Amino acid sequence: MDQVAVTAFFQTLVQGLLTGGLYALIGTGLSLIFGVMRVINFAHGDFLAIGMFITLLLFKTFNIDPYLSLLVAAPLGFGLGYFIQRFVLSRLGDRLSEGSMLATLGLGLIISNSLLLGFGAQPQSINVPYAINTFKFAGVQVSVSLLIAGLGTVLAISALNLVLYRTELGRAIRATAQNPLGAELQGVKTSNIQAIVFGVGVSFAAIAGVLLMPLLYTFPTVGENYVTKAFIVTVLGGLGNLPGAIAGGLVLGVIESLGAFYVSNNYRDAYGLIAFLLVLLLRPEGLFGKTVKRV
Amino acid sequence: MTTIQPQPARIGYVPGERVLEADTLDVAYGQVQVVFGVSLHVDKGELVGLVGGNGSGKSTILRVLSGMLKARGGTATYRGQSLNAVPPHRITDMGVAHVPMGRQLFGQMTVEENLIMGAYLPRTKKNRAENLQKVYDFFPRLTEKRRSAAAALSGGEQQMVAIGRALMSEPEVLLMDEPSLGLAPLVVSEVMRVIGSLRELGLTVLLVEQNVRQVLKVTDRTYVLELGSLVKEGPSKELMGDPEIIKAYLGV
Repeated sequence: MDQVAVTAFFQTLVQGLLTGGLYALIGTGLSLIFGVMRVINFAHGDFLAIGMFITLLLFKTFNIDPYLSLLVAAPLGFGLGYFIQRFVLSRLGDRLSEGSMLATLGLGLIISNSLLLGFGAQPQSINVPYAINTFKFAGVQVSVSLLIAGLGTVLAISALNLVLYRTELGRAIRATAQNPLGAELQGVKTSNIQAIVFGVGVSFAAIAGVLLMPLLYTFPTVGENYVTKAFIVTVLGGLGNLPGAIAGGLVLGVIESLGAFYVSNNYRDAYGLIAFLLVLLLRPEGLFGKTVKRV
Repeated sequence: MTTIQPQPARIGYVPGERVLEADTLDVAYGQVQVVFGVSLHVDKGELVGLVGGNGSGKSTILRVLSGMLKARGGTATYRGQSLNAVPPHRITDMGVAHVPMGRQLFGQMTVEENLIMGAYLPRTKKNRAENLQKVYDFFPRLTEKRRSAAAALSGGEQQMVAIGRALMSEPEVLLMDEPSLGLAPLVVSEVMRVIGSLRELGLTVLLVEQNVRQVLKVTDRTYVLELGSLVKEGPSKELMGDPEIIKAYLGV
């Protein structure tokens, strides 16, 4: 292999890993919610869209830097998720039920149609001068916004890990995931823990939306594509398995990136789906099976 | 096999000081009523048994007392406070700990983490380290296993963790739901011995069991349920000599 080919390979790999980091962030939120509540959040992509549109709105009206809108989108996402779990989903009874699945589907429709009503259907983007800059290291070029996205992902996931494994709240979350009844009997207000977890999951989706905004166009149904990717990520890693979701995200990003570069860019989204089908066929418990600890 | 002697009158036993009381409880799952007007009480320092066959409603009563189920009629009280509309986590905070059927441990957490979860409530955090040591002193075997995942323990050890975890919440009353379920006979004797020795910690215990013989040996008083109604109650020593009990539960 000559020098150019090697550089191109690493270029593709790094791009894939950084994009995969974002998928991991989205997938982690979905997986966390499933791990604790056994609810599949079909509105996950729409919460991501909310993050994007908050960034768009703040930029267009107040000229606020897209990354600064994290300070709005992250807590707003948390509050929205907390509220939805506490006052909508918790009323539908526990366990994996059609009720909660339909409720999140319905919420997704409400969100995407509200966005359509408020912002119109045309794709919109924001332009910040530094976003088109690139960062070069050992011949590999990466756009600054993608690098920031990668960094934001690492920060968010590390923070989650710290909370889950180093705090009382985290222990209560893990306890609730492993045995809700057992946790409640230890004095844990599990309804509150579930609301917090849904809040964190939605917040992660919104953060991913903010980080994606400088890179992509947004439109009201932008979330559809990402909810599919989030499912691929969580199935790759095993539903409810957080380290699995992170690895699954990175794997998906790299598969897409390599496929797009070496095969054809037109089928970018198809490579992940092919990987998804293969995993379902060959290792339905996820790539990492039961060897990796759950939440 | 070791035999368990009937326990002498208890040290912390205060007759007449009602701690836990159920008054004419009616409980139903949907349309099906399973508990019919059951009244019982547990006094301070007592070790009381609640026995009966499968489907007699004994676990159901325990679930009402710990807030996991709502009664259709009647009242459950702890020191005069109604438990009827109180969620389980609040009841634990009031001082009534529940060692649930099937133990309900946090399987992927270590033994120590499981025990620490028992001291989740703010009021119990202050003495957490001290209580942890007490639990290890009480169950020396758990000390060796403190770093093992709870799911990797034997049934008997898991039951010790479940009891230890409940003790970490500094309860006044312990509700125990079929602690012998799924355990080997020798282990059952050991668990029963442990339950009998809980009195040394000054605890008040309501023990639900199918294993009538073992319960009558360790408890002060026992209630016998059949198809959701109380059919007998009295000092366990007397019930052990009761011809009907012998015929129905102890075999000949």
